[in-house]
Parts: sequence; C-alpha cells; structure tokens
Amino acid sequence: MPIKAEVMDAGDLRRALFRLSREIVEHNKGVEDLALVGIRTRGVPLAQRLAGLIGEQEGTRIQVGVLDITFYRDDLSLLSPQPVVHQSEIPFRVAEKKIVLVDDVLYTGRTVRAALDALMDLGRPRLIQLAVLIDRGHRELPIRADYVGKNVPTSRREVVHVLLKEIDGEDRVVIEELSAPSVGKET
Amino acid sequence: MAVWRHKHLLGLADLTAEEIELVLSLAGPCKEIFGREIKKLPTLRGKTVITLFFEPSTRTRTSFEVAAKWLGADVVNLSVAQSSVAKGESFIDTAKTVEAAGADVIVVRHAIAGAAKLLAETVRCSVINAGDGAHEHPTQGLLDLYTIKERKGGFHGLRVVIVGDIMHSRVARSDIWGLTKLGAKVTVVGPPTLMPPGIETLGVEVAYELDAALARADGVNVLRLQLERQKKGLFPSVREYARLYGMNAERARRLPPDALIMHPGPTNLGVEITEEAACDPRAVITTQVSNGVAVRMALLYLLAGGKEDGLLS
Repeated sequence: MPIKAEVMDAGDLRRALFRLSREIVEHNKGVEDLALVGIRTRGVPLAQRLAGLIGEQEGTRIQVGVLDITFYRDDLSLLSPQPVVHQSEIPFRVAEKKIVLVDDVLYTGRTVRAALDALMDLGRPRLIQLAVLIDRGHRELPIRADYVGKNVPTSRREVVHVLLKEIDGEDRVVIEELSAPSVGKET
Repeated sequence: MAVWRHKHLLGLADLTAEEIELVLSLAGPCKEIFGREIKKLPTLRGKTVITLFFEPSTRTRTSFEVAAKWLGADVVNLSVAQSSVAKGESFIDTAKTVEAAGADVIVVRHAIAGAAKLLAETVRCSVINAGDGAHEHPTQGLLDLYTIKERKGGFHGLRVVIVGDIMHSRVARSDIWGLTKLGAKVTVVGPPTLMPPGIETLGVEVAYELDAALARADGVNVLRLQLERQKKGLFPSVREYARLYGMNAERARRLPPDALIMHPGPTNLGVEITEEAACDPRAVITTQVSNGVAVRMALLYLLAGGKEDGLLS
C-alpha cells in the first residue's frame, strides 16, 4: 500500500503524548486511584509511555494494564480465520479505580465498546476515560475520546497506521490508501 | 502462528503440530477467566452447543458445558438414556434431530470408534469427538498437553510414560499423537495382553516394566483401568495388575522430583493409582480438570467463533 501522507513524525508523537499526559493529570486533579489500560496491540506501548510521563511529572508510579478484547468483538462471526486471543494482564483491581483506556486509533468505536465491556467484566471502575493518539472519525457508535493526540480527517478508503518503536522500530503515523474499498475494520 | 481451518475436531491425528500449539496458546487466555468474579464472556452468544453422550461421563461433559457457558453459548445436554434412543431411534437420526433443533456444535461420545466421524459426515454443524471407542479422545489429549506445557514450558525432548491398558485407551492414542507431534518421547507401559500389536508404528517405545521407565520420566500418565471393559480375562487379577503397574508411593519415590503424575480420571484408587500417589505434590489430577475447561473453551472458540465459509473440511 502506498503511503499517502505522514501525519506525525517522531517529534510530533513525543509532543502529543507529553500533552496527553498533562491533560490526564490536570483533568483528574492528580493521579490518585489512576490507572492506565492499553488495548492490544499498539495501545499497550502508548499506555506504558503515558504512565512513564505521568509518573515523572507526579513523582509516583502509575499502574498499567493490558487488555485483549478479542472475546468481546462484535464482528467475530464475520471473520475468518478467527483472530488469535492473547492474555489480558490487569495486575490491579479495577473496582473503584479511575481507568484511562488507551488505544492508537479511534475509528468506528467498536473496539472501545468491546474494551468497555471487557473492563466492566473485571469489576466496577469509578470511571473510565478514553485516550487515543489519532481520532480519524467515522464513528458507528456513540463514543468519543476524552484525550486526543490529533484529529485526522480521513476517508473510509484510507488506513491510518501508527508505528511505534517498541513494535515497529520507529515512531511515526502515516495514512495509506486502500486499493479496494475498506470494510470498516479498526486497526 | 497457524491458522485454524477445521470445522470438526475428530482426533489429534488430524491436526498439525502448529494447530495443536494454536489451541494450547488460546487456552492460556481462557484460563484467566477462572480468576474472575464474573466468569462470562459474550464470545459465543447466540450459539448452541448440544452434548450427546452415549457413554457415562462426569469430567468431559461437565467441562464442555462449563466451557460453552462461560463463552456465552447456550448448552443442551441430551440425556441419552431418557431420550428417544430408548425408543429405538438410531444414532444418525438422533444426531439429525439434534442438529435440526438448532445445534451449532455437537459434542459426541460413543462406544464405537469412528462414531464422531460418521456424525461429521452426516450433519452440517461442527462435531467434537468427546471419545469414540478406543480410537481417540482429542480434548483429553489437548488438556494433558496443556497441563504438561504449563508445568514444563514445552515438549521438546520430554520423556512421558503412559501406563495402563493401552489397548482399550482412547486417551493413550490422543496423547501419543499429540506428544509425538510436539516432539516429546513417549513410552507406553502395560501388560503384554493390553498392548495393541503395532503400537510402536505411532512412534512410541514399548515397555513392560514400569519401574525402569519411571526413573527417567518427566511425566507419567496413569490410565484408568477400564474395569467395565475387562470381562475378557486379559490379565489374571486386579491385584496383580496393581502390584505390577499401579502407581503407588514407592513408585512415586522413583520418579524424578520435578516429574508430573497425571490421571485422566475417574481414579480407581488402589488399582492403577493409590491414594498416596494421587495426593503426591507432583500429582496434577485436579489441575487437569480445570485445564480441561480452558482447552475446551479455546476449541469452541476456534470451531464456533468465526465465519463458517472460511472453513475447509
């Protein structure tokens, strides 16, 4: 797939995460009972980086969990073969916590819907907020992010790729154009 | 990672090593559900699993039911003794009826080898073999494999001893297929009269003395002596069997300190295993039951979770 445009370079990504980390602390008036939960795959390193930044600012350690939402997807019966399920690792009780869900791209909102259900099955958090690096629009559910790195207007024929050092070897966000019409699947 | 392309699970003989590893890797996330307060996932919501057991079962039927329910499916257990089978309805007609009643997955156990295959060729829904005669019991094989992997990390070079009535054991056959495909070395031990001729063609060593085999074993799977299948006089007495092939405290001492003692259940205490051996810290018999739920969840997810027309067989 040809790269159509670069939305963020490494510096942009670093600055966006820095701002998000400040907004999370400011909005929650500190970090008491705060925990981050990254949605697999690329939400996880983003959550870890945000937790690192918040921890530095506030001089404390922020807990990070990993959520796999495969069992909760609403499109399983449309997929073949079945996606591989990985372990969710939430090393703290979610009950009474302020949870910030972290994902790379917010698109239809279906991944976030699944993540909300998955999280609720683990307990009853005090509140759940959503932080995403990119909001590309085209929502199919009434879901919006509390913290957005960058709003990127896209067409459904485009794919937004968030590349992260931990997984892809570089920090970068690019838009690619699909040759066939997109089926509306989130990354 | 392998891609799952099977509509049915009839035996581990049909799976590649990669496919077996795929099921085992999915069983891990499924086992996580055990630790939750709310043991319920929406994954198979709207799907129906019907169990059709023509032979008695506690573990297999219960764990299939729990696995399907935790994944959100509806489960119907057909109690064969109280069904129209008692009025003379045939195996095939019973299965067709169960399918017409809305089954997405039929879990079947039958005394005749090949029964599950016959069913798979007859119905349009998925079929899981929960034991067919002395042929295979693939989900027991998978849970044994998962238990070994969980405790030992892997299979390559592991020495596993399977002791007992190899001839009548579908558990032994599924274990042999699975373990050899994954790179373990299998030794089957039992009385010569209960050793099927040609078993070594499956890639196992055959031994008739248990003590020597135990000394170097990483795990021993003690098979249940199927007393209900022993009316042919294939060995002199249960007492002699227990003395020669029973797992007892003294034999447990011969086992290496990190070896596993497994048993598919139900145990005949004092026959193939003594109470001391079953309660040995290395025994994982109840862990096997929990792992059985986890691997059956993984399997149901693979068979019923996705889109049907992507499946081959």
